[in-house]
Amino acid sequence: MPSQDLKKRAERAREKPASFGPDLDLSVYDPHPRELPKTSLTSLSKEEQRALLEAGIDPLETNRSGSYLQMNRSVVFCQTRAEGLEILSTEEALKRYDWLESQYWWKALEVDEDKYTSFVELNWQRGYFIRALPGVRILRPVQACLFLAEERVAQAVHNIIIVEPGAELHVVTGCLVSPALKSGLHIGVSEFYVKRGGRLSFTMIHNWGEEVAVRPRTATIVEEGGIFLSNYICLRPVKSLQMYPTTYLKGEGSIAIYNNLLLAMPGSSLDVGGRVFLEASGSRAEVRTRAITKGGDIWTRGHLIGMAPNVRAHLECQGLILSPSGLIKAIPELEGRVPDVQLSHEASIGKIAKEEIEYLMTRGLTYEEARAIIVRGFMRIRGEALPQELQRLIEEAVKASTKYLL
Amino acid sequence: MLLQIRDLTVEVAGRDVLHDVNLDIGPGEIHALFGPNGAGKTSLFMAIIGLEDYKVRKGRILFKGKDLSGMPVYERVKLGIGLFFQRPPAIRGLKLRQLLEICCREKVDIDKLVFELAMADFLDRDVNYGFSGGEVRRAELLQILALQPDLALLDEPESGVDLENIALVGRGINRLLERGMPCKDRETRAQRSAIIISHTGYILDYVDADKGHVLYNGTIVCSEEPRKILETIRKYGYEECMRCLRRT
Repeated sequence: MPSQDLKKRAERAREKPASFGPDLDLSVYDPHPRELPKTSLTSLSKEEQRALLEAGIDPLETNRSGSYLQMNRSVVFCQTRAEGLEILSTEEALKRYDWLESQYWWKALEVDEDKYTSFVELNWQRGYFIRALPGVRILRPVQACLFLAEERVAQAVHNIIIVEPGAELHVVTGCLVSPALKSGLHIGVSEFYVKRGGRLSFTMIHNWGEEVAVRPRTATIVEEGGIFLSNYICLRPVKSLQMYPTTYLKGEGSIAIYNNLLLAMPGSSLDVGGRVFLEASGSRAEVRTRAITKGGDIWTRGHLIGMAPNVRAHLECQGLILSPSGLIKAIPELEGRVPDVQLSHEASIGKIAKEEIEYLMTRGLTYEEARAIIVRGFMRIRGEALPQELQRLIEEAVKASTKYLL
Repeated sequence: MLLQIRDLTVEVAGRDVLHDVNLDIGPGEIHALFGPNGAGKTSLFMAIIGLEDYKVRKGRILFKGKDLSGMPVYERVKLGIGLFFQRPPAIRGLKLRQLLEICCREKVDIDKLVFELAMADFLDRDVNYGFSGGEVRRAELLQILALQPDLALLDEPESGVDLENIALVGRGINRLLERGMPCKDRETRAQRSAIIISHTGYILDYVDADKGHVLYNGTIVCSEEPRKILETIRKYGYEECMRCLRRT
């Protein structure tokens, strides 16, 4: 179990504000909700099942390698359906593996990073542990769902994913609130480890509510020849979201790619970044963001730190403003610490080009149809050879959210 | 008459770009439109297709007997007008295949077309994104073949294209205008008409135009046998057209 030292450090950071995003008053949320009973995915209400589906979680588990569902603090469903794949709650995993705490627990993130990491340590409520054993390629996605089921609950999870040497794993995490529910707090600490030659794709779909505050804290360590691919999709209203996931490319030739797809509705504030430390020679990274505002505010950040020779990385942000109000602010940072690095960025923000709409109208579309097609095209996530099922799932999730946008 | 343009005056951003243009195109006719840069050739096409910035200040455009004024672009397209852009925009996230499906509304066998125009490699790329000049023309051609318009407005289909591609584009235009379409369900008639804007006239080595016109300073100043116009322009330039006009 987590040590006293961690607790002490967390205590000291209890009031420490984060570097970015509005400071949240955490005292208004309940970090000790009652335990909920175990259930199956299909015994959830129809509305809840639909909400799961829209966040990429299939209640029937079609083409899934396994599932993890945590409602508030309680792990209500957890099942592995593939050889060489482990899915547990982190509570279970810490009991089962004594190496977990010494090698992985708070090893990619600092417990005293800010009040949110501190909050998770002091109010820890499980989270998922997903591990692909050495050399095992699991192509069907594992689905993990973190669900806020009651009003004003604080969810404080600590997740771990380990992709052992030569293994391949695709995880889709759907984070959502019960359809009837409005307010809540979600803080997820996630530490991912991609070992030598491993490959992890992590797709996170956030379907929160208008009064939900969200502070994910994610870091990934990638070893030699490993690949980490992150797809993040947030197209529903959320009150305040701030995250700056970070990857440490520690092994030669390792790769990290972030794709962020963001939509800010009126009243939403999103501050989302992607940071990559290129620590080993020949490592490579890309951080791409597509941001759309329909009246809310988006800060999109990116930070590439070239620390080794022969590294290459690129930041890209495209912003689309679809309403008279709203804000998109792109803040790219490139940091070269040795001579032989190649870091670049490009960013553009604007409205839909009139000439593009007119071009499509000359192909027989109405103004509205043309506009919708351009927005959908803007939102398309570029696939990095994702398994077909995962690609389809992402497209479905984006499609399900398009109705809120157009 | 398929298209009748009467005393058309068009304004863009407060400035008249076309004055008192008169033009008649019959079914099956191909007209070549010549003129120096800035003469108003593209503006005429934009006014016919009905883009917002091209305001008809005077006169009217009749297509199949219908007055187009106030008609939205997509209705003009449905009525049978198709535009081949000289400089189409790129559209990120939209595959050429998807755009062709929009154009043809299932009437045309896209795969067959694509095979004939050697465009298979482009189908799953974003429309016009990173396309070379020749690729842009071929993509436009595919779209207009899929649209099957009764009146094709072809804006410099040969510009920026090497000789090999001009032949390909020329064959495609011929196919559109003369030989009917590879339809899934029906053979269409070959009664299509076209206006072709050509700067160099190269395309006319492949496509036989029935009539030619010179547009100068927003007005049609000369209508003649297209080869004759072309020869004059090639030999003497547009200045000679003007001298000829002053003589008459």
